Amino acid sequence: MSGVLVIAEQRRGELRPVSLELISAAQELQSAEGQRSAEGLRSAEGDTVTVAIIASSPHLFLDSLKLAGVDEIIAVKVAAAEFDPDTFEAAVGALIAERKPDVVLVAHSVDSFGYAAALAAKLNLGFATDVFKAGRVDGALVATRGGYGQKVNVEVDFPGRDTVLLAIRANVFKPPEQAAAPKITEFAAPATASRSSGREFIELSSNDDVDMAAAEFILTIGRGIGEEANVAQFKELADAVGATLGCSRPIADAGWLPKSRQVGQSGKTASACKLYIAMGVSGAIQHLAGMKHVATIVAVNSDAGASIFGVAKYGVVGDIFEIAEELRRLF
Amino acid sequence: MKILIAVKQVAALDEDFEIREDGRDVKEEFLIRDLNEWDDYSLEEAVKIKETSSDPVEVVVVSVAAEEADESLRKCLAKGADRAIRVWDEGVEGSDPVAIARVLAAVAKSERPDMLFAGVQSSDQTFAATGIATAAFLGWPHAAVVSSLDYSPGAKSAVFRRELEGGLLHEVEIQCPAVLTIQLGINTPRYASLRSIKQAAAKPIEVKTLADLALSAGDVGEPGSHSRVRRMYIPDKGQAQLIEGDAAAQAQRLAQIIREFKGDAA
Repeated sequence: MSGVLVIAEQRRGELRPVSLELISAAQELQSAEGQRSAEGLRSAEGDTVTVAIIASSPHLFLDSLKLAGVDEIIAVKVAAAEFDPDTFEAAVGALIAERKPDVVLVAHSVDSFGYAAALAAKLNLGFATDVFKAGRVDGALVATRGGYGQKVNVEVDFPGRDTVLLAIRANVFKPPEQAAAPKITEFAAPATASRSSGREFIELSSNDDVDMAAAEFILTIGRGIGEEANVAQFKELADAVGATLGCSRPIADAGWLPKSRQVGQSGKTASACKLYIAMGVSGAIQHLAGMKHVATIVAVNSDAGASIFGVAKYGVVGDIFEIAEELRRLF
Repeated sequence: MKILIAVKQVAALDEDFEIREDGRDVKEEFLIRDLNEWDDYSLEEAVKIKETSSDPVEVVVVSVAAEEADESLRKCLAKGADRAIRVWDEGVEGSDPVAIARVLAAVAKSERPDMLFAGVQSSDQTFAATGIATAAFLGWPHAAVVSSLDYSPGAKSAVFRRELEGGLLHEVEIQCPAVLTIQLGINTPRYASLRSIKQAAAKPIEVKTLADLALSAGDVGEPGSHSRVRRMYIPDKGQAQLIEGDAAAQAQRLAQIIREFKGDAA
């Protein structure tokens, strides 16, 4: 049993960026392994990072995975054109059976939500999700995740488990940049009778003409605004200061603003955003993960303990209505 | 026809909470308990299906938890669940989501529902694992993060959309019975009426033990879990630079940040 197996993720012909982050996470674990071998606990040759790409045309993705720190890429050809839980369970299960890795890394993503827990249950794997740090303590694998709305960190271990499956949080590990020439191997995935079948992808659209992806300055409102009648006031403020009005998930779910205005992981990616003012957004992890790339995050919240203060550059603890009113006067 | 819904009473933290002496959880007195937000949506989805179905549909909620979860189960009864089951045994303490799923699967085997719903995740430990692990123990088809659903009770298949990252949806057809994990926003959960709250208070909650489900101590708790909490600690807070002063002063500084940005951007 040895090494780290990374399961790369692709969708609609494109490698998902988190796949590369998993390689860095694997490298960090490998260097922890290296320390172990230095202590004579294991042989260095077992400390490999293997990346598997499971797709109907896995070869399309090989070049983007030829990165420093990858020892081997396994091309796993499957019938399903897009993600399907049964296909992935069978393919990853077969890879684990053949390679017997110590650790398997998948992304903490919507796709892995669909099969990772089932795989862990069936194969008796050690298992933790939303992991943002993993290492070795006295030789034993320890993974760190958040708890209680990110107010605590939780370290978990996996006593007695030969293989541990970790779902790694996106936007934590920096993807490797240097190219390399890892070994390429083909792997025959077991034939699977899938019990679900994907029909089509649907892009989120609306009659609202806002383009969150292009917005450089976004002012977002969250649960803290209390009721729908208060949305207008913040729309007016956003217009006055020259910001695009965005919202967190609960506001879109309630129908107070169209879904196209939602930012965060499942909402539109606010990829061009440079200044982000969040008013009354407590900061669910999915929301924070979707905004982590923004250079300047300003959080305005009445709760000094709100998670969003953990990622913000500037924090304003106070009443969002009072501050909005004062701010409006200045523009 | 029957729909089984796995629910959890979650905990949020009181301000200025403290970590337990053994360092593995937060002290009980700082936990504020409520029904998991996601479960409110999966219950509503089942109740909606029941209300629009021409055949009778029974909506059953189940939780693997100590007595304190009765509060959340009664909330479910008030919002339209027909029956509530709670499974508990001291050995369940310390179970991870996979061990909980083993118990839920045993309940599903005895209840034989046509469909099983769970929330995408619980708001307190956010594993996003329990529902899908339950499906594995049942050997059922499964799908995660369902944000719209077209299902008639007893049908051999259902069509749903799963909500992917970045504002993308994926429409999928699945064989039934299946386990679906339900996303926020799939519907608008109702409020319970005073009358239904009163009625719920009088309804029984069926309490089962591990033995009732032919499970043993080894299936749950630490031996049955796939991870173990080693340590819980309060992380170093991020370095948000606090803008002090009254609202007017704070707004002044905010305006300055906005103007500086616009200067840069221009």
